[in-house]
Amino acid sequence: MATAGTVVLRTPRRLAALSWRRLFAHSSFVAGAAIVAGVIAAAVFAPALAPFDPVEQAFTNQLLAPSRAHLFGTDEFGRDIFSRVIYGARIALVVGVVADGIAALLGVILGVISGYFGRRVDAVIMRTVDVLLAFPYLLLAMIVVAILGPSLTNAMIAIGIVYTPQFARVVRGAVLQVKEEYFVEAARAIGAGSVRLLARHVLPNILSPIIVMATLTVGFMIVETAGLSFLGLGASPPTPEWGSMLATGRSFMLTAPWIATFPGLAILVTVVGFNLIGDGLRDLLDPRLRGAR
Amino acid sequence: MLKFIRRRLLQLAPVLLGVSVLVFFGMHLIPGDVAQLLLGDKGTEADLQRIRHQLGLDRPVYVQYVRFLAGVLRGDFGISIRTRQPVMWEIGQALPVTVQLSLAALAFAVVVGLLIGVLAARYPRSALDTGSMVGVLVGVSMPVFWTGILLLLVFGGMLGWLPLGGIIDGSLEYRRITGAPLLDGLVAGNWTIVRSSVRHLVLPAVALGSTAMAAIARMGRSTMLDVLGLDFIRTARAKGLAERRVVSRHALRNALLPVVTLVGLQLGLLLSGAVLTETIFALPGLGRLAITSVLARDYPMVQGVVLIAAAVFVVANLLVDVLYVYLDPRIRYE
Repeated sequence: MATAGTVVLRTPRRLAALSWRRLFAHSSFVAGAAIVAGVIAAAVFAPALAPFDPVEQAFTNQLLAPSRAHLFGTDEFGRDIFSRVIYGARIALVVGVVADGIAALLGVILGVISGYFGRRVDAVIMRTVDVLLAFPYLLLAMIVVAILGPSLTNAMIAIGIVYTPQFARVVRGAVLQVKEEYFVEAARAIGAGSVRLLARHVLPNILSPIIVMATLTVGFMIVETAGLSFLGLGASPPTPEWGSMLATGRSFMLTAPWIATFPGLAILVTVVGFNLIGDGLRDLLDPRLRGAR
Repeated sequence: MLKFIRRRLLQLAPVLLGVSVLVFFGMHLIPGDVAQLLLGDKGTEADLQRIRHQLGLDRPVYVQYVRFLAGVLRGDFGISIRTRQPVMWEIGQALPVTVQLSLAALAFAVVVGLLIGVLAARYPRSALDTGSMVGVLVGVSMPVFWTGILLLLVFGGMLGWLPLGGIIDGSLEYRRITGAPLLDGLVAGNWTIVRSSVRHLVLPAVALGSTAMAAIARMGRSTMLDVLGLDFIRTARAKGLAERRVVSRHALRNALLPVVTLVGLQLGLLLSGAVLTETIFALPGLGRLAITSVLARDYPMVQGVVLIAAAVFVVANLLVDVLYVYLDPRIRYE
């Protein structure tokens, strides 16, 4: 079935092949790194950068157009949109890292078990993965949020779960191939147990597809969690989350278009940054993953 | 080919069974009592008991699942808590809207994406190539819901060229045949309906299709570049074929395969994006039905929508695989 994550990995390059010099010679990686560094800086120094409190309401300042005092204008509660966008970077980064972490962790556990132990365990895990991949992403996320209850944390968990099958497939493919290598056989021959084999020999050698996959998906996870918030299943007001800011912006689209414009721009810039980094890492570590998404 | 399709259809059965198990038991994990939801605040304890008994909620969970599955096989997904209509009827109303939207988005993505990809590959390192690849990067990264809002703002609000949402002008009446207004208008030969539904379809289709369009353009460019460097292209040129014919007949045909794979990968994103697009453009499709049902805790409806959406998704993937076999004579799934 032609579903996402059906990428077959043959000989992923070793992580050791990656040097800072090669990374910094790659123009899209450098551009992406610069953008993401900017977003991280905005998140870290938000209190210093934001001129106003992101949640404080000021009813005399409702729906002001962008001006020198309010660079991005104000929303229907008179809150400064520039400050909210800056603080939103914190949420977006946490969302990206946590959701990606959940997907990578679960995916690696399932993929390693499936690929290394094979047979029935493999069959059970892979059939479950097939079932999960039969759901359109956002619909699966909506069910998970419906079960857990709508909140930003649960939206992150949901998106992490939605991406787990893709990680599991990529990791399984990599494990299947690494476990046939001579050095694994040699280690087994001198009596290494499964745990030692996995931790010392298999895992370090499948890191590069995991890293490439993780950077390529961060952007999508940020967008999809914002999508859940946009639908009312994620962050709740007055949290300065970009997706829920867009949802309010939609109601004022014709009268105050800046409310929806700037959070959307912030999502776009952040995602472009992560995608450029992902493209760069993929080119250097795993050219075969090209076109996986 | 028929044997391949039959075998693939048989493989779908366990996957869909798995989906039904996951959805059914998932819904049972949600706190809340369906009987209570149905009755609202008015019900007495006796009423609640009666409803629970009627719906079989007093039976063990696995019995409920078997009954649910038997209903699904008969096309009976139960009654919606929110609208009190049969779930299947509501889905029947919404599905054609989503199918129409997704197909329009897909058509936009494939046609425009391939066009950009081929042109960029035809003139590599030109301003056209660089410009379109920057556009592609932005397109892949734009959230569907933001694209939708911007399109509405510019073409609906500021320029006033296209309507601000809905599937057809409210004042128009037409005979429902398929439920997809564009198709119904075409079938009935009613051009007012066709024109109105096309005007309503353009913006949502472009918004929904833009991510896939960008991905297809990128993939189309790189495979075209690969193919254009191959020996048989040189041969085709050497025997004096017009460049246009070389590109359209020889190169494009061979560059299509990875694009078909990509379309398969994009289908899931397209169906997900439909939820957001339908919300922004106020389209009464499956995606909007899904989100209103989740927010209203209308479990029978959520179950039905998710099962149908998953079925549509896997069948669409099957179609992509079949297309793949059709396009590449080297592949034989036996």
